[in-house]
Amino acid sequence: MKTADEAVKRFSSSRKRSFVNWALQSIRVIFKDSLGATGLILVAFFILMALLAPVVAPHGPFDVVYKPDKTVARLVPPNLTNLLGTTNQGMDVFSQLLHGSRIALLVGILSAIGSALIGTAVGLFSGYYGGWVDQLLMRLTDIAFGIPFLPFAMLAISLSRPSLYLVILLIVLFLWRTTARVIRSQVLTLKERPFIWAARAAGVSHLRILFIHIGPNVLPFSFLYMAIGISYGVMTEASLSFLGFGDPHVMSWGQMLNFSFNAGAMRNAWWWVLPPGLCLSLFVTSAFMITRAYEEMINPRLREF
Amino acid sequence: MAVLEVKDLKIYYKTLKGYSKAVDGVSFQIEENEFLGLVGESGCGKSTIAKAILRILPVNGEVVGGEVRYKGKDILSMRPRELKKVQWKEISMVPQSAMNSFDPVYQIEYQMMEAIRAHEKMTQQAAQSKIEEMFALVGLNKARLKDYPHQFSGGMRQRAMIAMSLVLDPTLIVADEPTTGLDVIVQDQILVRIKEIQEKLKKTMLLITHNMAVVAENCSKIGVMYAGKIMEYGGKSVFENPYHPYTLGLIHAFPSLDETDRELLSIPGSPPSLLNPPEGCRFRQRCPFSADPCAEKEPSLRRVEEGHFSACHYPDQVEKFRDLAKKPATWQ
Repeated sequence: MKTADEAVKRFSSSRKRSFVNWALQSIRVIFKDSLGATGLILVAFFILMALLAPVVAPHGPFDVVYKPDKTVARLVPPNLTNLLGTTNQGMDVFSQLLHGSRIALLVGILSAIGSALIGTAVGLFSGYYGGWVDQLLMRLTDIAFGIPFLPFAMLAISLSRPSLYLVILLIVLFLWRTTARVIRSQVLTLKERPFIWAARAAGVSHLRILFIHIGPNVLPFSFLYMAIGISYGVMTEASLSFLGFGDPHVMSWGQMLNFSFNAGAMRNAWWWVLPPGLCLSLFVTSAFMITRAYEEMINPRLREF
Repeated sequence: MAVLEVKDLKIYYKTLKGYSKAVDGVSFQIEENEFLGLVGESGCGKSTIAKAILRILPVNGEVVGGEVRYKGKDILSMRPRELKKVQWKEISMVPQSAMNSFDPVYQIEYQMMEAIRAHEKMTQQAAQSKIEEMFALVGLNKARLKDYPHQFSGGMRQRAMIAMSLVLDPTLIVADEPTTGLDVIVQDQILVRIKEIQEKLKKTMLLITHNMAVVAENCSKIGVMYAGKIMEYGGKSVFENPYHPYTLGLIHAFPSLDETDRELLSIPGSPPSLLNPPEGCRFRQRCPFSADPCAEKEPSLRRVEEGHFSACHYPDQVEKFRDLAKKPATWQ
């Protein structure tokens, strides 16, 4: 008996995991999936790019570059001093591209977190309390579903001053709706599960049940929609910027495309168009790949054996 | 004073087709240290009673009459704050499908700690030792406290749930089908454990089950329920000298080790719709002995022996019933 006890003890203690171990293990799970691994490497690359942008970029995003003869270097094709050439106003495309990654990450992360927070909260309350709370919140969600985003955002931006944070706010207001619906449906099934009954029988308050017992059980879905929100947010910001509704003081990839379009350079200055376009697609694709691998993890039905 | 007193309890469920009379005028009481078993078919209202005692009826369930008193205090009219003092601390529960009654995202220990902390000011250490003590009591290794529910087998989870129900030292434990979904051997282990705990810790128990053998073996008092009503109520004599035709049917529907050559029978038909229960005796449509008065007047629980009650119009013909009930032909 003694040895059995010891064996159990050893077994249990070997499973006590530190945070580092846990993080490594999570990453290893994603790496098992080649799609997820590709996405992870790409995103890591973009994060690195954003972190190193101020160090690596030779110029600021709005700095004008001059030729040796003191004239502005307009639309110079890629060369050794301007790796990706210059714009029609003589700005270094390479530097703009590097700085653009910071904006992309900022927009992606903030809009994803914001929409996941709102969506999860709405879904939790709506699903758990039901009745008029559910009615109110779900009709609000219906309204959010009914509003066409681009016209609405363009109107809102033209009525106030265009700014990056306004754009992020608009994206958040637009993205939470799907999360809310999905979380709500999860809560509807969770709240009927025996452990919720047991908690009620033990006199646990509704709010505590909601946040301590139901909340953590729907977290995987919040994270999934957060991950989806990253690519969605970046894409939406790019669309708005391309249409000329972006923050004029912020050089995002969409903004670069907008500038090159307005300059009529889309056809002849490939070095100005291709890099932001490619970066946008790559970033969105890599976020999607991670999402896809993650979704496969939390939804066994998508798994192939 | 009785620990739990249920008086003329009526619980209706609101459905689209009207009110379903799940529990319709049930009365019983449990004295201290007593072990009451409620038996009956699925849907006869057993679990509804348990839920009403703990005040966790679903939103469409409504107590339309009667009272539930715990040590004289009316549970049904308690305010949330008073109720919280009673829930789990005084009356705890081993819920139906106890196997799934742990939150899958937390360790067992955390959940037991939560139950203690929600109701009592106890130091971390005191709570910890209490949890370990209860784990030992139900025969689980304390090294497994840090496990998640999915790392336990069904039987272990069930035992952990029993440990959890004991952790605040409640007076009354309501066990709602505590062994559903387990194999017979584990079922037996758990029931033996429950019985042991009940005797050793002097707990008052309400056991709800559809398993006659379990009740016959463990309970000091038995209530047989049918279609929202108690049909027969009493001590062990309910099984030794049953008076009600429904109890007779149930007993003969179960295999017995003593009479191995006996043919098993089944009660024909199915329980009546509780939306619109029949007039008179609720069992009469399936009762082989029913007569005209059964359709007219609903029999009330009447004393047939000392501390033994039966809701049948014909307690005087019981000898004949008992004889006939043994023959499968009677029930066809």
